Amino acid sequence: MVQLSINGKKITAEEGEALLKIARREGFVIPTLCYHEQLGSSGRCRLCVVEVHDSGRKRVVASCLYPAKEGIEVFTDSEEVRLVRRTVLELLLARNPSAELIQNLAKQHGVTEVRYTPDQDKGKCILCNLCVRCCKDIVGVSALGMSGKGPMKKVGPPFDEPAETCIGCGACVVICPTGHIVMEEENGVRTVWQKKFELATCPKCKRYHLPLFQLEWISKTRKIPMEELMVCEDCR
Amino acid sequence: MALSLEHLDTITSAFNAREKAFEKIMRVCCGTGCITSGANRVYENLLSAVDREGLSSRILVKKTGCHGLCERGPIVMLGKDEILYQSVGKRDVAADVNLLLKTVTEGKVADALLFKAAGKKEKYVSPLEIPFYKGQKRIVLSMNGVINPEEIDDYIAHGGYRAPFRAFRMSSEEIIDWVTKGGLRGRGGGGFLTGRKWHSASAARGSPKYILANGDEGDPGAFMDRSLMEGNPHAIIEGMIIGGYAIGSNQGYIYVRDEYPLAVARLSKAIEQARSYGMLGQNVFGSGFNFDVEIYRGGGAFVCGESTALMSSVEGKSGEPRDKYVHTVEQGLWDKPTNLNNVETWANVPHIINNGLDWYTSIGTKQSKGTKIFSLVGKVNNTGLIEVPMGITLREIIFELGGGIRGKRQFKAVQTGGPSGGCIPEQHLDMPVDFDSLTSIGSMMGSGGMIVMDERNCMVDVARYFLRFLTEESCGKCVPCREGTRRMYEIMDRICKGAGKIEDLMHLEELGKALQWGAICGLGQSAPNPVLSTIRYFTDEYKAHIIEGRCPAGVCKEITTFSIVEEKCTGCMRCSAECPMGAIVGEKKKPQKIDDLRCITCGICYDVCPFDAIKIG
Repeated sequence: MVQLSINGKKITAEEGEALLKIARREGFVIPTLCYHEQLGSSGRCRLCVVEVHDSGRKRVVASCLYPAKEGIEVFTDSEEVRLVRRTVLELLLARNPSAELIQNLAKQHGVTEVRYTPDQDKGKCILCNLCVRCCKDIVGVSALGMSGKGPMKKVGPPFDEPAETCIGCGACVVICPTGHIVMEEENGVRTVWQKKFELATCPKCKRYHLPLFQLEWISKTRKIPMEELMVCEDCR
Repeated sequence: MALSLEHLDTITSAFNAREKAFEKIMRVCCGTGCITSGANRVYENLLSAVDREGLSSRILVKKTGCHGLCERGPIVMLGKDEILYQSVGKRDVAADVNLLLKTVTEGKVADALLFKAAGKKEKYVSPLEIPFYKGQKRIVLSMNGVINPEEIDDYIAHGGYRAPFRAFRMSSEEIIDWVTKGGLRGRGGGGFLTGRKWHSASAARGSPKYILANGDEGDPGAFMDRSLMEGNPHAIIEGMIIGGYAIGSNQGYIYVRDEYPLAVARLSKAIEQARSYGMLGQNVFGSGFNFDVEIYRGGGAFVCGESTALMSSVEGKSGEPRDKYVHTVEQGLWDKPTNLNNVETWANVPHIINNGLDWYTSIGTKQSKGTKIFSLVGKVNNTGLIEVPMGITLREIIFELGGGIRGKRQFKAVQTGGPSGGCIPEQHLDMPVDFDSLTSIGSMMGSGGMIVMDERNCMVDVARYFLRFLTEESCGKCVPCREGTRRMYEIMDRICKGAGKIEDLMHLEELGKALQWGAICGLGQSAPNPVLSTIRYFTDEYKAHIIEGRCPAGVCKEITTFSIVEEKCTGCMRCSAECPMGAIVGEKKKPQKIDDLRCITCGICYDVCPFDAIKIG
């Protein structure tokens, strides 16, 4: 265990635990966009930055990754922290003008004006990478990835074609914080990332539920008979 | 087979005896610079001419790595620093090859091929007299241009591969202590104490441990690492053997960008030869220590020169950096303790071990020891590769080694530290070149790029150029760098086009600060440097663009016009002859006029006018 302080409050924490977790547990508010409890940190959005004084050195660090150390002083709302957060939010608002989540966060942090020409081509994607990590670490199929670099970086299936490995589960849609990823269902067909999936019809209630492809994948990987999976969750 | 020291001496004597049998050795620089000027053709023509004239027993023709004076390539060196011939074969290969042969057969020095400084009459025979070489201290580059980089025996004959023997007699702590006390600092730009890094890697828990050589040099206008890898690959390998032994690592990787095919080829050959001599692999030099090196070819992303992005790339992932709150010496490549040094840093190590601490610490300044290789480019007369002792002033480098500014123009700034370095104005030219001084004036040592600019360079445009480079090279992982650099570029672009507002300057500084504090890696953190340093030293130029809507250097096309000052124009017609658009009209011997409708503001007329009769408006 180590002793540290956050905004002057003395705190005991496990050595190496991420500052974000400690701060949130202690009731401090730190905004995040790319952090997720199940998926961990990747340090992309830089919204969770805090100021750390460690052995006389002042740094602004991503609290989702910075490990607790003995004697450090943490400030969650210093001038530099506010500058970085406001800058990130203004930049994201210019990138994703239609994303309500960004609009709200920006307002909360006093960003009222955007000094840049808003992008029209990025949709609501903030490149937080949560969908990619979810698809890889939770679903386990890695149907999504990032391509390109710099301002051209984007998320999608390989070569922007329907991904062979995508099972149409829609986890990416659920985890996307801004609602960028669109999934549509029409006449028993689900479409996500340009791939079309035929939906299974429940033999009991006769309603469409999950994609057949997803059920087959679950049947294969979890060794559950298809007949069982064909019955929708409500009727099981 | 493991070689002993005696074996190395035997190889050396045999090699020297072989070379001594020749009356003259001709070394043709076959670095990438000279090759593009036609060095391979010179080499082949020279070889066949020697054969044809029956001189094969008298003249030995050798291929070497970069000699440094790239501006005057192809370079051919006769004997050991006896005669330097430059621009060989530029006009007529056969004739120049003939001159080379005559130097030996008739003892006649070919006047036409000797080096002459720009605007001066004096010619130099030996390179040791040429100011470009005279001001240098070539330690790391001592064998560049001397040995054939594809022949390990040549390297051994010049003292190579002796340092590991000395190192193996020392303990790991002793070696690290030497490197620390020697004060060697990271040559890739960071300037971190190499010994301290080695110590941390050595003390780190976990195995295996890896050592890496960073040869991903990607700065525009820089070719220090490339020239070293091409010209003396064994020095890097030798340094890595010692580092591996000291740190306790059995595997090294050299990361080279694939745009450096010659470096990849020569390093691969060097590794193969070192393996065949038992210098790499199991039981290195019979010491019981196992160590091998592999090359990893990078895809050429600038960000992969950053340590964590480089490691990510070696792991087969996309080259994205990560926060280094846990240092790479503890968790680096594949989360194992990893020690990364620049190739130039590695190549320094054998010299420290061979020549001792007193010798090494006598070179350089108090805080920055040894030498540094720079690629000197831009508006200087002698562009090329130089190795100078730390502490030399920028003025000496630019005006003595570099031979001053081209033509009649005045020095304006020197950009050091690569795209994310800063622009240094005249007032700081007497500043000693070392890690701390350069940082104190808003620039940095970086890996050694040095771009000299004159009054025809617009500093706002220069900052815009570097920002564009960084925007494209940003990996896009973190928001401040991905979105911030491109928005900074947009503002700079606006200013260059005459649409800037005075508030933009404060906005740029604010955004710059946010990047410095908020970005993940060095690329983003230092990306604002070109902008911030030019605002700091060249505010007037920014204001001229923003307030007066003009570009004083006549570079930013949208806000530049050229006109002819009637009183000064003699009607020599030089400008109208050079104008690509035929936009200059007038009679001979009478003042000319520029037709603004046709003029594309390229500025050629301004550059060629002998009477300063063209005005930038």
